[in-house]
Amino acid sequence: MSAELPYRVVIGLEVHVQLLTETKLFCGCSTKFGLPPNSATCPVCIGMPGVLPVMNRRAFELALKAALALNADIAPFTKWDRKNYYYPDLPKNYQISQYDLPFSRNGWLEIPTAQGKKKVRLIRVHLEEDAGKMLHDETGMGRDSLVDLNRAGTPLLEIVTRPDMNSPEEARLFLEELRLLLRELKVSDCEMQEGSLRVDANINIHIPQGDGYVATPIVEVKNLNSFRSVERAMAYEAQRQYEEFRRTGKKLGEVPKATAGWDEDHGVTVVQRRKEEASDYRYFPEPDLVPVLVDQAWLERIRAELPELPSVRRERFQTQYQLSAYDAGVIVSQGLAFADYFEKVAQLTGDAKAAANWCTNQVLQVLNERKITIESFPLPAESLADLIRKQRQYNVNPQRAREVFAEMLKSGEAAETIIRRLGLDVSFSTEQLRELVRKSLASQPKAVADLRAGKAKAMDALVGQVMRETRGKAPADEVRRLIQEELAQTPA
Amino acid sequence: MTLKPEEVRWVAHLARLECTEEEIKLFTSQLSEIVAYVNQLQEVNTDGVEPLSHCLPISNVFRSDEPGVSLTVDEALANAPARKGDFYSVPAVLD
Ligand SMILES: [Zn+2]
Repeated sequence: MSAELPYRVVIGLEVHVQLLTETKLFCGCSTKFGLPPNSATCPVCIGMPGVLPVMNRRAFELALKAALALNADIAPFTKWDRKNYYYPDLPKNYQISQYDLPFSRNGWLEIPTAQGKKKVRLIRVHLEEDAGKMLHDETGMGRDSLVDLNRAGTPLLEIVTRPDMNSPEEARLFLEELRLLLRELKVSDCEMQEGSLRVDANINIHIPQGDGYVATPIVEVKNLNSFRSVERAMAYEAQRQYEEFRRTGKKLGEVPKATAGWDEDHGVTVVQRRKEEASDYRYFPEPDLVPVLVDQAWLERIRAELPELPSVRRERFQTQYQLSAYDAGVIVSQGLAFADYFEKVAQLTGDAKAAANWCTNQVLQVLNERKITIESFPLPAESLADLIRKQRQYNVNPQRAREVFAEMLKSGEAAETIIRRLGLDVSFSTEQLRELVRKSLASQPKAVADLRAGKAKAMDALVGQVMRETRGKAPADEVRRLIQEELAQTPA
Repeated sequence: MTLKPEEVRWVAHLARLECTEEEIKLFTSQLSEIVAYVNQLQEVNTDGVEPLSHCLPISNVFRSDEPGVSLTVDEALANAPARKGDFYSVPAVLD
């Protein structure tokens, strides 16, 4: 429970992701986004009589892959069912989905919260087909709605969590971790803007009362079109439920479950009190599809294809490279290619700390500014590693090193070339520097006296002279250290 | 097994069928007979019998993820009750 809130938030998510197949779940029509309307349909996916759906093997294997990575139990026997309802985007008047025997149950996904790792448990993951897309008349003039059936029959994975998230932030973290995982598995591209990841959220709150608590009625929030809006909607809805409870005293079970739409522009949830009509989908087994049996050999083959998962990589970076949990988190959350880039720099330089610093600061900053990914970042890992090595060799201070980095990005030249041009390639022996330091101390007795008297500011003048004499090329930290040393050796 | 008229009315509603009161009465008795007939199956002892979800003794029928031929837009929309541009046009849906 958040310290500031007089209640505990309870959130469960239902996520739909589109699988990265070439073709639909039961026919050979393309699943590509953005095709001209109604140009990717066939008798199977628009529900002509007498056609037979045949399951896409790739879709089923991607689903298995995701479920295994989500630690789910895979059913040895699974089948599909018809979910019957009428809506213009559903040409067959039923959706082929999974009801009582989904291909997987249970499972969990670990999320990195500020308070440490947390497991969000899953209820089930199942494989179903998508419906078409409706374009409603936005003028409110009641004009006809338009239907595009390109999306009808596209393979979807439905992932249902337990109500294990206890803050809007945890809901967002779960979605970010799920997206990272599914992208790295190449199961889905999870583009919310293109509808390949969609979220509905169930939320209520527990309000302490006596020794226990009372729970408010659960509300399902829809129309969540970004992770940010999930977080905002959950915070808003929790508070709205708290205020409604204080006004009405209505508890869970006393009113029917409600649905609410998230209004992004106004930042509010709008509850739609639906007429009290229980969903009645009259599920029955899909007679046109045969069941799928999954044996251990098949599972082992899919399991062998699993790459290192983000949660495992986070751990490894902390142990193998001694990164902080925070740095490991930042690097891993950028995706596999970025993590690989970091690892290469760390290995080439033998300095994981410097590699992490450069990657999480300068590199990430450039990626964000240019809105690009690491794949199109102009400096290969070798170049950044080279810069880190040269920085160490010539004792270049961090600020100048960042200049070299910026110059490398601009001109594409090697670190060494730029370091030479900027005149940073001078290395001073300690004896040379000591000589310069002694000269500086001798010529500024007042500054020396001030420094001895505890005026730290006086250090600047002493360092300054050495820097002037070397035209800014002396390593300031080393100069400062030598000044301390000299003063200690020659008591006033 | 006897169905109630409101159950038949509900099923008709789910199937988007408009029935007169006469028809509801007729279907209530006819459907009751059908359900009663099928219900005889309940008398069979199924202890130790594997549930069957499909009548064919086959499983794992897949196709490879390879593109097939889709309809042209005109073919796809040929049966549309109404067409607007390259879309099916349907009465406004308020959701
Ligand atoms: Zn098709």
